[in-house]
Amino acid sequence: MSALTAERSIQAAKERLTPRPTPRETVSQTITMAWRALKKMQRNPEQFFDVIIQPLLFTAMFAYIFGGALAGGVKAYLPTIITGVLAQTSLTACMATGTQMREDMEKGVFDRFRSLPISRIAPLAGPMLADLLRYGIAATLTLLTGFAMGYRPGGGVGGVVAGWLLVVVAGWSLSWIFAWLGTVARSAQAVQGIGMMIMFPLTFLSNAFVSQHTMPNWLEHFVDVNPVTLVINAIRDLINQGQLTANVGWALLGCLVVVAIFAPLAVRSYSKKI
Amino acid sequence: MTTSDLAVDATGLVKRFGSFTAVAGVDLAIEPGEVFGVLGPNGAGKTTTLSMLATLLPIDSGRASIFGVDVASAPHQIRQLVGVTGQYASVDENLTGAENLWLFARLHGRTARQARALAADLLERFGLTEAAGKQIKDYSGGMRRRLDLGASLISSPPLIFLDEPTTGLDPRTRSHMWDTIRELVANGSTILLTTQYLDEADQLADRIAVIDRGLKVAEGTPSELKAGVGESTLQLRLSDKSLVEDAALLVKRTTGVAPVLTPEAGGLNVPLPDANKAADVLIALREADLSIMSAAVQQPTLDEVFLALTGHGTAESEAQSETESEEARR
Repeated sequence: MSALTAERSIQAAKERLTPRPTPRETVSQTITMAWRALKKMQRNPEQFFDVIIQPLLFTAMFAYIFGGALAGGVKAYLPTIITGVLAQTSLTACMATGTQMREDMEKGVFDRFRSLPISRIAPLAGPMLADLLRYGIAATLTLLTGFAMGYRPGGGVGGVVAGWLLVVVAGWSLSWIFAWLGTVARSAQAVQGIGMMIMFPLTFLSNAFVSQHTMPNWLEHFVDVNPVTLVINAIRDLINQGQLTANVGWALLGCLVVVAIFAPLAVRSYSKKI
Repeated sequence: MTTSDLAVDATGLVKRFGSFTAVAGVDLAIEPGEVFGVLGPNGAGKTTTLSMLATLLPIDSGRASIFGVDVASAPHQIRQLVGVTGQYASVDENLTGAENLWLFARLHGRTARQARALAADLLERFGLTEAAGKQIKDYSGGMRRRLDLGASLISSPPLIFLDEPTTGLDPRTRSHMWDTIRELVANGSTILLTTQYLDEADQLADRIAVIDRGLKVAEGTPSELKAGVGESTLQLRLSDKSLVEDAALLVKRTTGVAPVLTPEAGGLNVPLPDANKAADVLIALREADLSIMSAAVQQPTLDEVFLALTGHGTAESEAQSETESEEARR
């Protein structure tokens, strides 16, 4: 009796077998994983501290400290510092993506995800999708702080919205680097440490806070090719000038290259992970 | 019945972690519909074997197929055929019980509405309806295991892996878990179960493979294994210690074997080649007016099984287990 039932259920299961997840299944599974990440954020609101506190604190702090010295006044410095902090906060938010990915992977539930017949990219892409919310919050708060301090961007509403979108896209693209780090590093602390080492030179050795023309020659060359500089140039063109320039194209291309390299790397090392 | 493939057909499975060989060539042949127990101490290679079969670890050498599907070359198909319940409950701490089941049902391609209904069904079936809205971190060990098992059943997989389903549970929760597993069997699922407990394998499994240091050292039905190991003992304690000698004489007359005495505690250990003899001994004592304080039948323990099969106890393997679980986590 039981053998017959077994036989039938095996037959049925074998008839249902599919060789690999379809693109539609992949999208649906990614969205389900994003739902899980959002639930987690909702239950642990401290995850939002970095994207809430940092924009408020750094924008005000840097503007008041450096404004007088660098631009002859706080207000004149705002077009530089606001766009610089936009890039900086989205990079910091990226780092948190990697750290949380690593922490998450150490939990038992990731073993189950790996044992399920689901797309290998979904458990990674889901949280990344949910993190768009964090980049959105960070960018919005930075801009609002700027407006409160008297920042009136030359690009108008269209320019600001386009700049905001670029920040979110850039943050999301760069976070794949940290997601990959998260899958190869030994611990969440390691991700954090390595992330700091990448993030600090990239943000400070860029034109985020200071024009590169004031720096020594050799440093200026580095700043010119720093991808963060590319992104900041593009943000400034959009928000301050309201212009869709070649810089925007370069920034988007840069983002695309980062995703094309690091997304497959992250998925590969994730699939091998125990 | 049509001609069918074995549920699990594995030959020469090997897994190495660096210089440590966790699984050193294990063969398994499991029939559809049976409950197959893999018995062994901590670190014997049970979980590693299961992980290889479930595509969680690559197979270093040897080959395995599940219902005729090759494990190494078709991992996505294998994942559709096997439901895995881990040694440590693999559900999401931050989600509630209902949300966990909903999540896994969605990942298995159910619509949001179907997933909600399925989650409610499973919660009901595993007696977790009241805890549906609680986060898993507030669940007890037994509740987690039940939810974990429920999550493994969402896709109705024809083969279920249960990795030490009751390790660390209290006796009552344990027997509840056993009942749940028996229900699964009645529904026609094939089950591959690992355990450290002989009585658990005895209770649940149709056939048992004993694994030690990555190798299979014995295989058979529970009674075959136990018969190979030896007999149970009847442990008695007399109310009046001074009557131990009298009782010993009586026991010898009844069973034909002299009991082992512990006179200072008023105790007798009676070897039982046949369990029915236990009743004979007790009746004889009652008729002779020798009152007893306690009586217990002691089954052979896993340690005794091991000693008999391998010539060494499980203690040595215990020491290795640390290394293995650490390696496995990497």
